Amino acid sequence: MAKSVVLLDCWPSMFGMRVRIALAEKGIDYEYREEDLRNKSPLLLKMNPVHKKVPVLIHDNKPVCESLIAVRYIDAVWKNKFPLLPSDPYQRAQAEFWADFVDKKIFDSGRKVWASKGEDQEAGKKEFVECLKVLEGELGDKPYFGGEAFGFVDVALVPFYSWFYAYETCGKFSIEAECPKLIAWAKRCMEKESVAKSLPDQHKVYDFVLMLKQKFGLD
Amino acid sequence: MADVVKVFRTWSSPFALRVIWALQLKGVEYETIFEDITNKSPLLLQYNPTYKQVPVLVHNGKPILESLVILEYIEETWKENPLLPEDPYERATTRFWAKFGDDKLVPSVRGVLMTQGKEQEEGIPVVIETLKLIEEQLKGKKFFGGETIGFLDIALGWTANLMCVFEEVTGIKFLDAETFPLLSAWIENFSDVSVIKQNWPPRDKLVLKFQAAREKCLAEAATK
Repeated sequence: MAKSVVLLDCWPSMFGMRVRIALAEKGIDYEYREEDLRNKSPLLLKMNPVHKKVPVLIHDNKPVCESLIAVRYIDAVWKNKFPLLPSDPYQRAQAEFWADFVDKKIFDSGRKVWASKGEDQEAGKKEFVECLKVLEGELGDKPYFGGEAFGFVDVALVPFYSWFYAYETCGKFSIEAECPKLIAWAKRCMEKESVAKSLPDQHKVYDFVLMLKQKFGLD
Repeated sequence: MADVVKVFRTWSSPFALRVIWALQLKGVEYETIFEDITNKSPLLLQYNPTYKQVPVLVHNGKPILESLVILEYIEETWKENPLLPEDPYERATTRFWAKFGDDKLVPSVRGVLMTQGKEQEEGIPVVIETLKLIEEQLKGKKFFGGETIGFLDIALGWTANLMCVFEEVTGIKFLDAETFPLLSAWIENFSDVSVIKQNWPPRDKLVLKFQAAREKCLAEAATK
């Protein structure tokens, strides 16, 4: 490996996007490697034998798996640039709690929105919107979840914005109608170069979702 | 100003026990508030409106939620007897395995505890495979933390008393010494640490609790 930092990733992965954003925020030069999840590379299987998933951050040949753990690692190693986590332990605990909430709630309920139909989909939509509203409440009138500066919770959540068009189209609803402040926040994040260059186009994600639905007979 | 530390817990919650162990290992004084999960106090609901669960740590009036987040907070706030390694890479590895325990081992065990018949049979190898991955992390070490207990020992500590409770409730052996020599030795060493030993909830009460929980779950599944 030529560069000391390598990211094994897959372009539509919200979890991969988190690590991309963190690396970009810190201005870290790294090698991006796109994985074909139907044909996982020997490197991925070696670096993440437990889960065999992306993203995997490899630093000096040592793997860091699980996106939020990787973001925290990046924040600790490159600590002098643009800290993502607050230094105050209580504020840190709040950030960790809300990032964990995103992990526990948004992915699964979002998946039900695009991957299921009928009652299951309605239940997924309801839970998805409820959870977004809780997050919107936590954001309040702050520009970012961390306050004045873009931080850990913003990194954890904003990748899902690239999937919003897919969720809305599959679920036939408008996220902006339900959570206008959250959309405003997402657009504010997208003005940052680190975010804009890490998130794929929403329509491209939608095409990907359509392909998945067809492949798994979910349409 | 003196620190005021309160822990909201139940008598049996293994997640709350993590918080108790960490506070005691660091010599932090705290007040315990026992909650009745069937009748949650207004204070608990006020401190944890998102999940309405224990444990909650309240430090000088400010609540911290989710046991692994609480452990990190305790580690950063009270510096005696550090539980996490200093090196960022080793920290990341510790956090990975703590998350693995919660994301994989807990649900796989629940998958056997709360099922029967074919579904239960199919769940057993999942538990064994998950435990094998955890066993590997003990190679060459007395504790997950090395010579003394650390963050990962605390995160996985529930297995030291609850696995044999679940074995009694289900009649299934998960952790035999032949297949898991390192985990079996770890359970003995871990349980011997005084902070751990003095805080185990009563075993017979735990057996009754989980027997009742299993029966309730099976009855609910049968009516679907």
